[in-house]
Amino acid sequence: MITEFGHFALILALCVAIVQSSVPLIGAARGRAAWMEVGRSAALVQFLLVAVAMGVLMHAYIVSDFSVINVAQNSHTDKPLFYKITGVWGNHEGSMLLWAFMLALCSAAVAAFSGNLPADLRARVLAVQGMIAVGFLAFILATSNPFLRTWPVPSNGNGLNPVLQDPGLAFHPPFLYLGYVGFSVAFSFSVAALIEGRVDAAWGRWVRPWSLASWCALTVGIALGSWWAYYTLGWGGWWFWDPVENASLMPWIVGTALIHSAIVVERRETLKSWTILLAIVTFSLSLVGTFLVRSGVLSSVHAFAVDPRRGAFILGLLVIAIGGSLSLYAARAPALKGGGIFAPISREGALLLNNVLLATCAATVFLGTLYPLFLDAIHGPKISVGAPFFNQTFVPLMVPVLVAMAVGPMLAWKRGDLGAAMQRLWMAFAAAAVVVLGMFYVTTGAPVLAILGLGLGVWTACGVLTEWADRVRLFRVPLRQSWHRAVHLPRAAFGMTLGHLGIAITVIGISAQPFQQEFLGYMKLGDQAALAGYQLRLDKVERVQGPNFVADEATILVTRGTQTVAVQHPQRRYFQLQDQTTGVTSIRSGLDADLYLAIGDPNEDGAWTIRAYWKPIVSWIWLGGLVMAAGGAVSLSDRRWRVGVAHKLRRPRGLQIAAGE
Amino acid sequence: MRTLLLALAMLVGLGLPALAVDPYEQLADPVLEARARELSTGLRCLVCQNETIDESNAGLAHDIRTLLRERLVAGDSDAQAVKAIVDRYGEFVLLRPRLHPATLMLWFGPGLVLLLAAGGAMAWLRQHRREARPPIPLSDDERRSLQTLLEEKQS
Repeated sequence: MITEFGHFALILALCVAIVQSSVPLIGAARGRAAWMEVGRSAALVQFLLVAVAMGVLMHAYIVSDFSVINVAQNSHTDKPLFYKITGVWGNHEGSMLLWAFMLALCSAAVAAFSGNLPADLRARVLAVQGMIAVGFLAFILATSNPFLRTWPVPSNGNGLNPVLQDPGLAFHPPFLYLGYVGFSVAFSFSVAALIEGRVDAAWGRWVRPWSLASWCALTVGIALGSWWAYYTLGWGGWWFWDPVENASLMPWIVGTALIHSAIVVERRETLKSWTILLAIVTFSLSLVGTFLVRSGVLSSVHAFAVDPRRGAFILGLLVIAIGGSLSLYAARAPALKGGGIFAPISREGALLLNNVLLATCAATVFLGTLYPLFLDAIHGPKISVGAPFFNQTFVPLMVPVLVAMAVGPMLAWKRGDLGAAMQRLWMAFAAAAVVVLGMFYVTTGAPVLAILGLGLGVWTACGVLTEWADRVRLFRVPLRQSWHRAVHLPRAAFGMTLGHLGIAITVIGISAQPFQQEFLGYMKLGDQAALAGYQLRLDKVERVQGPNFVADEATILVTRGTQTVAVQHPQRRYFQLQDQTTGVTSIRSGLDADLYLAIGDPNEDGAWTIRAYWKPIVSWIWLGGLVMAAGGAVSLSDRRWRVGVAHKLRRPRGLQIAAGE
Repeated sequence: MRTLLLALAMLVGLGLPALAVDPYEQLADPVLEARARELSTGLRCLVCQNETIDESNAGLAHDIRTLLRERLVAGDSDAQAVKAIVDRYGEFVLLRPRLHPATLMLWFGPGLVLLLAAGGAMAWLRQHRREARPPIPLSDDERRSLQTLLEEKQS
């Protein structure tokens, strides 16, 4: 009964979404205030209804109601409660519902916090949000309904894939989807602006925080996914250029370009139509990403035909959403005339360069991901595009991005002085040179590219810190005064410093990976192995019983010289229900290096396969991601986003000086 | 056929923990083994989704790893060993697709996009600057009032 209630709520949500997508739009066109107001209430009601549907499905999972097909296929009574709940979005139908829920949440947030937005703009934004919701809710109800029942009711469910029963992966989809869906707001604002034919600084002020928040969520989501791969898959890989990963990377790259070009719109009222295009493309890539992963098209174009209804629906939705918005763009964008002019060497110029490079990066990933599918579709030769391709194309594109990242913030708006900026960066250059030469000196036969990558990361980090030091006049005024300046720095400026520092940290972490060391071999109880100056000794392997698995748990003593460093317990779990074995690695993580241990099958002699890695500063890769997201969050807390507050409050003097620079 | 292979791979993969190269596959000669590992990262496990044979635990990946090591032990150069594998398993095995007419767009696409984007940005910048009118100079009246204002401030 409760399930039908949720099903009904979802159908009702679709009806409300249809109203939300049409009435406010007509109201805005005819200037009827009451019609425009419908958008707000419809968005809030739709959110409530989808939330009810989400809650009902979650309830079905918690009480293990196996009369619901979706629950029977993906859950099991033995599963811990936490994974029963996260199992809701561990499957196609549930994750689509999560998507719709996030979308309704974003629409409701726009409706609730847009009091100071012009009524017609708000009405149009909410109407576009409504249209997206119509598409998704109709897709769920027509082809991917999680509320369908089955008879006879199975006595127990099939369980969730053991690999997915993991905290990292439990939170990966919600963050990823929050990122994808959050960009829908930037998309809706863009489409609304195209309908109105008006884009101004206020528009930029609205779009940027939404894009920034989505970008933060997407950053966290991607970092979580990468971290999960690292500790789960048993050989310490963290990025595979897999189409599924690329699907989330593309909106992230274009979203990064978007949050940068939105600055130019807000500050200088130029690059408007380009920013609108970026917002449209970002969300389009989010849609493509969702569907690439969910439709099964990745294994083969022709797998589309396995469920032709789903495939056709997806294709139709993509064509309408992307084709429609781009056509509107083509028709209306030329009318948007941009404001301020600027010299090529200027802050705007640097941001434009950032956009050119990032757009190319995104196009490269797009090409590499979809080219095999494209060839497959036209019955061309079957090819694979993997990491070696991206290392040869994407990575070189990142070099100018990083070089420019240190220089750009040093340039003034309108017209900058490149020579002066380079002069201020001499320390960053010296630090990078010292690192590169030092690495060449202490290592022999080390990969040259990795060392250059380290140098590039150091250059970026030092450049970013130099810019920050200049802002707070470090060592040029008394420290107390610098501290005062640092505390009162505009949050947006501080956020930029953090965000750029995060990239540098990630780049340094990635570049250090070719220096990893590996041990792979059979070990009997009591056997010793050497790895990067450490001694590993396999002390015992025990059977342990988990809630829904049995495991062989090794005890490995790690020593360095005479000192005990750690006792680590990698496991090899057997899930009886799925007849599936997974490894659980044991990682001693540190800022200096990770010790990564995994246990595999025993051989005929009773010796165990042991795989051990020493991975220098590998945790920096995800740490950098967190720092980036933190930078975005700090920037979001900037007072100026609380529109209307900023100019009412008088700013303290120190801030005025810092902001004026 | 493809689906069948996938299903087969999943069946094979399920019983094994997620470890790739097994210790007994390794070559005694560390130099040859290092070469084999390096080459492995560029070869695809055909039945897996975008996994290299170095990472995959599928039976087929094991076969290719073994074949690769056999060729290297037999004295093949890197290129010869890879060619032997391509001859048996097809171009699909290469994670770095070769340059031929069908992959022209793939390899030159990024450069083309960069040229177009950079060219577009430059053209826009130039046109935008040309279109923008220079600021209107101050009239004599305005100049005089500015002068008085400045003098007032100084005194």
